[in-house]
Amino acid sequence: MKNYLLVLLMAAALAACDANVKPGADEDTSAMDGSGGAQAGAIGAESYGEGQALPVSYETDAIHDANSVLAERVIYFDFDSSDVSDESVELIKHHGNYLSANPGASVRVEGHTDERGTREYNIALADRRAQSVERLLMFQGAGSDQITIISYGEEKPARLGHDETAWSLNRRVELDY
Amino acid sequence: MKRLLSGLILFCFYSLAQAVLNIEITEGIEGSLPIAVVPFQWHGGTKLDDADVSAIVASDLARSGKFAPLADKDLIAYPKQPEDVHFQSWRMTGVDHLIIGGVKQEAENRYQVYFRMFDVLKGEQVLGYNFSATRASLRSVAHRISDHIIKALTGLPGAFDARIAYITAAQNPGKAVQYHLQSADTDGFNSQNLLVSDEPIMSPAWSPAGDRLAYVSFENGVAEIFVHNIHTAKREQISKFAGINGAPAWSPDGRQMAITLSKDGNPDIYVLDLSSKKLARITSHWSIDTEAVWMPDGKSLVFTSNRSGKPQLYQVATKAGARPQRLTFEGRYNANASVSADGKTISFVNGDSNVFRIAVLYLDTGLVQIVTDGPLDESPEFSPNGSMIIYASQHKGQPVLAAVSTDGRHKQRLGLSDGDVREPAWSAVRK
Repeated sequence: MKNYLLVLLMAAALAACDANVKPGADEDTSAMDGSGGAQAGAIGAESYGEGQALPVSYETDAIHDANSVLAERVIYFDFDSSDVSDESVELIKHHGNYLSANPGASVRVEGHTDERGTREYNIALADRRAQSVERLLMFQGAGSDQITIISYGEEKPARLGHDETAWSLNRRVELDY
Repeated sequence: MKRLLSGLILFCFYSLAQAVLNIEITEGIEGSLPIAVVPFQWHGGTKLDDADVSAIVASDLARSGKFAPLADKDLIAYPKQPEDVHFQSWRMTGVDHLIIGGVKQEAENRYQVYFRMFDVLKGEQVLGYNFSATRASLRSVAHRISDHIIKALTGLPGAFDARIAYITAAQNPGKAVQYHLQSADTDGFNSQNLLVSDEPIMSPAWSPAGDRLAYVSFENGVAEIFVHNIHTAKREQISKFAGINGAPAWSPDGRQMAITLSKDGNPDIYVLDLSSKKLARITSHWSIDTEAVWMPDGKSLVFTSNRSGKPQLYQVATKAGARPQRLTFEGRYNANASVSADGKTISFVNGDSNVFRIAVLYLDTGLVQIVTDGPLDESPEFSPNGSMIIYASQHKGQPVLAAVSTDGRHKQRLGLSDGDVREPAWSAVRK
């Protein structure tokens, strides 16, 4: 169980530090395979500190800036949970602030689950995840007309595979501008 | 907008040339009754390898889990007529029943198929039928013969002359995933493409008459429920509210459909009247309520809810304000019910965080039996006669369809297709 949590934390840290992580792109996530994960986690934890220094701008063009904190658009979840972690709350706040500062911008909030559990329940669970994110965006001042929600359940995995590595990457909400 | 366009859809309504048949009985030959199916005589034409009627019957009987047909090499004779049968000798082989028959080609596309079944101990005929068939319906006639035999010997209505619908997802490297809605005979033959889309298709459900399929399609970029007539290929969009439109389930009379909608905030169960389009809300709870199925009397629904904190099965009358009663208590994850036609048993997915298996709940005693091994079994559905459960499973990491007898003793894999195959739905028997 401890290991499981560690992997999760590492996954979150790695995802948080690397703005280029794109679900489904093997080369970006390969560091998380097997024992390499421990190393990647350590590096991730270190560079997370640098991550804090990313320029925070809510200018309209910031959404196109690969170095902006807004370039990170995936929020990860625990199994059968739609609770947003504290780290993810920080990320969602940036997106909420951006939407609030740019009323012309709109975002699609896509909810996903891993393959475990039943398909329609997962549609409902992923909808819950998307709604959790939507509420936080609106709490920061985003308007409801700026947000659309869709739940894909387990139908569109970011990563194929039947192990915790794939599952942890698939339990997610993606922000699609 | 891009997504809307990429959801562009193609209709196909043709039989696929390849009929990939790979049914493997994987567990539980013992306990099956030995039976002899003598290869049928062909008159007026040569035997058709893709419509070998007696071989189809023998395969169905074996797949039922209730019979063990003798191998051809163990048949002691090939009687053609009732008077050719020497019951004394057949008694030595240990079989209780013997089936003989034939296929007569009367014209280019006209066949007569006949069979007789004998009680070997009593030395008398117990069943005999004659069917007319076309080239295309020969396999269906064979399944009907299997259904007659099973009915006569077990009392159970047959389930083989039916169709199985399922979803496939083809992962082609460098290309978008393609989702197909297909249907096939219960032995995997005669597969037909009903819908192709590059957005997900989910939750196929047969109408009670077996002529229409309801399903969820994301082809327009959002989840919508369609009803698809499989004979005319005509489709009707029946639900496109904001949010989830999911888990369609036909009422036993085919007039209503239970669906899951989140238009009012939370996923809740609604019942849609298919002709008046009137919508009645059945559950109203802050938790997830979904995956409703009907009890055979049409008076209540069984559904999945996480109102206790974890997904469990509940039963609720189809009246506004009715109070749901919890049905499952063992295990942390019990979901996706299917109710047997007699309303006595419920199959569902039982899991903890890593292992998901198919379980059966006996409503009279409350006993739960796990009938599959997992690790990622899902989408159980009873055969129309309740004797088998078809479900989605994995074999060596590959998604496959599988079936298990309701008592868990007999198992088989149905290699219906290449690629990712899921969400099997077993139609009513053809009328």
